[in-house]
Amino acid sequence: MESSSNRLFSARDLIGFAVLIAIIFVVLPIALDGFRLNLFGKYLTYAFVAVGLVLCWGMGGILSLGQGVFFGLGGYCMAMFLKLEASTPENTSIQSTPGIPDFMDWNQLTALPAWWEPFNSLFITLIAVILVPVVFAFIIGVAMFRRRVGGVYFAIITQAFAAILTILIIGQQGFTGGVNGITDLRTLKGWDIRSEEAKEILYFVNGGLLIVCLVIAQYVRKSKLGRLLIAMRDQEDRVRFSGYDVASFKIFIFCLGAAFAAVGGAMFTLQVGFMSPTLVGIVPSIEMVIFCAVGGRLSILGAVYGALLVNWAKTSLSESFPELWLLGLGGLFIAVVMVFPNGLAGVYAEHVEPRLMALLGKSKAAAPDSAANETPAE
Amino acid sequence: MTDRKSPKTTIRQMPEPSRRAFMAGSAAMTAALFAPKTLFAADYPTEAVNTTGLAVTDDTVTIGILHSVTGTMAISETGSVQAEKLAIEQINAQGGILGRKIEYIQEDGASDWPTFAEKSRKLLVNDKVASVMGCWTSASRKAVLPVFEQFNGMLYYPTFYEGLEQSPNVIYTGQEATQQIIAGLDWVSETKGAKTFYLLGSDYIWPRTSNKIARKHIENFLDGAKVVGEDYYPLGHTQFNSVINKIRLRKPDVIYAIVVGGSNVAFYKQLKAAGIDMTKEAPLVLTISVTEDEIRGIGGENIDGAYACMKYFQSLDSPNNIAFVQAFKDMYGEDMVIGDVTQAAYLGPWLWKAAVEKAGSFDVDKVREAQIGVELTNAPEGYVKVHENHHLWSKTRVGLAKADGQYEVVFETADLVEPDPFPEGYQ
Repeated sequence: MESSSNRLFSARDLIGFAVLIAIIFVVLPIALDGFRLNLFGKYLTYAFVAVGLVLCWGMGGILSLGQGVFFGLGGYCMAMFLKLEASTPENTSIQSTPGIPDFMDWNQLTALPAWWEPFNSLFITLIAVILVPVVFAFIIGVAMFRRRVGGVYFAIITQAFAAILTILIIGQQGFTGGVNGITDLRTLKGWDIRSEEAKEILYFVNGGLLIVCLVIAQYVRKSKLGRLLIAMRDQEDRVRFSGYDVASFKIFIFCLGAAFAAVGGAMFTLQVGFMSPTLVGIVPSIEMVIFCAVGGRLSILGAVYGALLVNWAKTSLSESFPELWLLGLGGLFIAVVMVFPNGLAGVYAEHVEPRLMALLGKSKAAAPDSAANETPAE
Repeated sequence: MTDRKSPKTTIRQMPEPSRRAFMAGSAAMTAALFAPKTLFAADYPTEAVNTTGLAVTDDTVTIGILHSVTGTMAISETGSVQAEKLAIEQINAQGGILGRKIEYIQEDGASDWPTFAEKSRKLLVNDKVASVMGCWTSASRKAVLPVFEQFNGMLYYPTFYEGLEQSPNVIYTGQEATQQIIAGLDWVSETKGAKTFYLLGSDYIWPRTSNKIARKHIENFLDGAKVVGEDYYPLGHTQFNSVINKIRLRKPDVIYAIVVGGSNVAFYKQLKAAGIDMTKEAPLVLTISVTEDEIRGIGGENIDGAYACMKYFQSLDSPNNIAFVQAFKDMYGEDMVIGDVTQAAYLGPWLWKAAVEKAGSFDVDKVREAQIGVELTNAPEGYVKVHENHHLWSKTRVGLAKADGQYEVVFETADLVEPDPFPEGYQ
């Protein structure tokens, strides 16, 4: 391991990335029809959040139960742009005030609020998708980490933020669409995002962005920052006494996690066609932590598989057993936590990989001794 | 009760019903009385009745049921699922639709709006269902609406709702807001002499829009009446003591309450605990959000004396309704209660059947066209007819809540009320 630590990808990492890329870009598109592919696209948007959580929680020890906030902010920024584009005066001629989003009209607003105006521009929207959640994460991070708030207190506070934002969105329904969310999104710069072909393209864009995020995460993992994060998680005081500014590292990694989540949220809006406060609150935020836990909180690739597996199980269980599926899913989580505390990645590393390597070693070199105990040679 | 008229009188005000729609509308309980014309699948070859690749075979037609059976909305939506299954069973017992038995695929929306969108796509794209009975909250309907419009599906939506919508792909079997509000306000003004109103609601689009219509009607159409207060509370809110104090201070004649879900339990209990005896009607409580289903959670003794404005009450004393209530209880147990939405959900499969048989086709475009003007002469709520704006002509009724959890019908409009999802003068 040590010898590979100064390179971005060890051979083992490369194989892992290659397999994931093959699954996302080749296996799934070939194996699935348009409808299922779009569903997997939706699942992959949660993978962005899960990867961010691996960095924050698995490596940095910062458990955030409020990642839905950043997912939601990213998603809402995108939804605001799409809603404005869908609310042309022709489409909304039935309203008292044509040309503003329908929910504003229902709430007796007669003009577009000033803070909606920037979202008429795609360029500003794309910046806002990242910037708004990151600035918000930065403010939370500075307020918390500079005061050395951590651990369970931080988790509770992030959960409170998730609750606050949900209440704010629901309460200000004239500006945000309230409980219904922002719905009926149609086109992106005239391109119909509801068509089959658009869904397929969005799936690949989504997959590409996920790989980019994974590469960034891999870079963080392998960098000095990554090792500092692990050190902070295990012995925060020692790192501080060694002269490192612990808070700054934490703020940085929290913002990075928020940015990943925001990209996921924006892609969610594009692929699903709406955004609502049910994706911002406490429950989805905790679900996102579960995706990460099931996949293995130490493995960025495991997090992707966790998000895919849990959501796929959710969909297929609820299709087969509409009245019992939640129980089955609950059982699955308990089983994972009790039996496989390191999630899918742990199962792979402990049980699958050694056997695989033994097999490969045998067939390749016919020299079985000690091959199973070593990581692949560089 | 005195001003109730038999449904027959209202039928005369409507255009002459077509023979086939009349027959198709016959519900199971009257099957013995009016033996329905049996339609054989052989007379309707599959390739002729299904030109758009829907899930129709020589013997079956598949439809979707899409409600929440898990999550916070399950308690409300379960009744709708049960009513839809009952209607499907009765239709099948009569020989099905165009000689084909109805099969259904049930999906769980899980009280989660993205899930509703996902499942509706699944039903329309993968399963090619011929129609969908589903949704309950406005949020879930808004989430699936683009999907139904994109894939040209047909949704039968049972809940009373805020209006402001008229999709070519939805038949609204519940009331839009004006149908539920205006007649009730007129009644309370005329018979109880109410002058001052306190509007109260949960904070989302339906209570807000409904109270907007109520306020316009009170201020513009009721002589000398005014609104003395208007407050909203988040969904799930359980602390109503401060608003109850405000109400006692302003002494309105009527508390107009549109509190939904679990908040209802807290609201009515706290009202009672604050010493407001609803049976004294000072102030009188008028709600549009509490059906028999909600009373089960609130407890009949806590809401005894309040009035509700709906189109249907389980206690409705008509042969159609008595047969419906009995069939429902036979299928699901004696302790079941049936609320307004449950009855509206029951109409969905019947309305669809009538339209399909009128069109002689399952094709969505033909069904949509045939659906306009379809009548059910013996729905549990009485005679209903589909307006060209895709909503139903229905009566409005006022019920008085009793300690046993049922409503006593004290008023019903003489005529069917025209649905008006975009009411002029109320925007």
